[in-house]
Amino acid sequence: MPHDHHDHDELSPSGHPYRADQDGPLSYWQVMEIAVRELMIEKGVTTAEAVSAQIEAMDARNPAHGAAVVARAWVDPAFRARLLADGSAACAEMGFDVGPMRLIAIENTADVHNVVVCTLCSCYPRNLLGLPPDWYKSRAYRSRTVREPRKVLSEFGLELPAGVTLRVHDSTADMRYLVVPARPEGTADLSEADLAALVTRDAMIGVGVAKAP
Amino acid sequence: MLDKVRVRTWAPPGHVRTPSYLRGKIGEVERTLGPFGNPEQLAYGLRADPLALYRVRFRMGDVWGADAERPEDVLEAEIYAHWLEPV
Repeated sequence: MPHDHHDHDELSPSGHPYRADQDGPLSYWQVMEIAVRELMIEKGVTTAEAVSAQIEAMDARNPAHGAAVVARAWVDPAFRARLLADGSAACAEMGFDVGPMRLIAIENTADVHNVVVCTLCSCYPRNLLGLPPDWYKSRAYRSRTVREPRKVLSEFGLELPAGVTLRVHDSTADMRYLVVPARPEGTADLSEADLAALVTRDAMIGVGVAKAP
Repeated sequence: MLDKVRVRTWAPPGHVRTPSYLRGKIGEVERTLGPFGNPEQLAYGLRADPLALYRVRFRMGDVWGADAERPEDVLEAEIYAHWLEPV
């Protein structure tokens, strides 16, 4: 070795192998993105600050937005009715813009459980839930959730009783889906904010249920 | 108005938003949405025809036959008007 750079058979101080650096060559589309972005900045169409601000805005979206919508639906029957009738309009009322994609809210009841998947790609209500989890985009989740959804749910720790009908929503086109989980028992005295804390991302995808208080 | 519909069994090349596993399957229109631009044109930067979009509800037993995990469970998907034929 010309210098004392460690080789990759070494272990870290914690006894694990070092992970290889991820600096392989750029893909075709990565090169395309960089080229278009740099050209647009050079030509004054946009600025680096505007690009960073947009990335920050995307990262700021998170499941707390969806949870606030669900909690409002739990405490306000008129809002719940408006949410189920027109998801986009109801979210806009709360100040959450769902963008060009329309939102459909679907409610879990004692008889029906809903779960959302996008078999074709990874459509997801990002404005309400933020970026989708990696598993949502995996081929395994996308193909198995339409084929053997009960088995998939059981792997998430959710065993549906035989009497409950499962409704799988394949988000194939222009709509985005938000599952409104059932309100847990024993929450009659909780505030809207405390209720929102029970609403997990997975419950709003339908692979889980709301937490118990 | 559409009620019972069959998804066409076309297999065109290019960008299509009708999942293969539903082609030829029979379901019922759950609600009508749109109009939205035809994604098969939008994907190529073409002027897109406005199309009705139907949410179609399928019984799992009608999609997967005897292999269905629980035939009474349902699957709902959005299918553009030109991909549906009345039954």
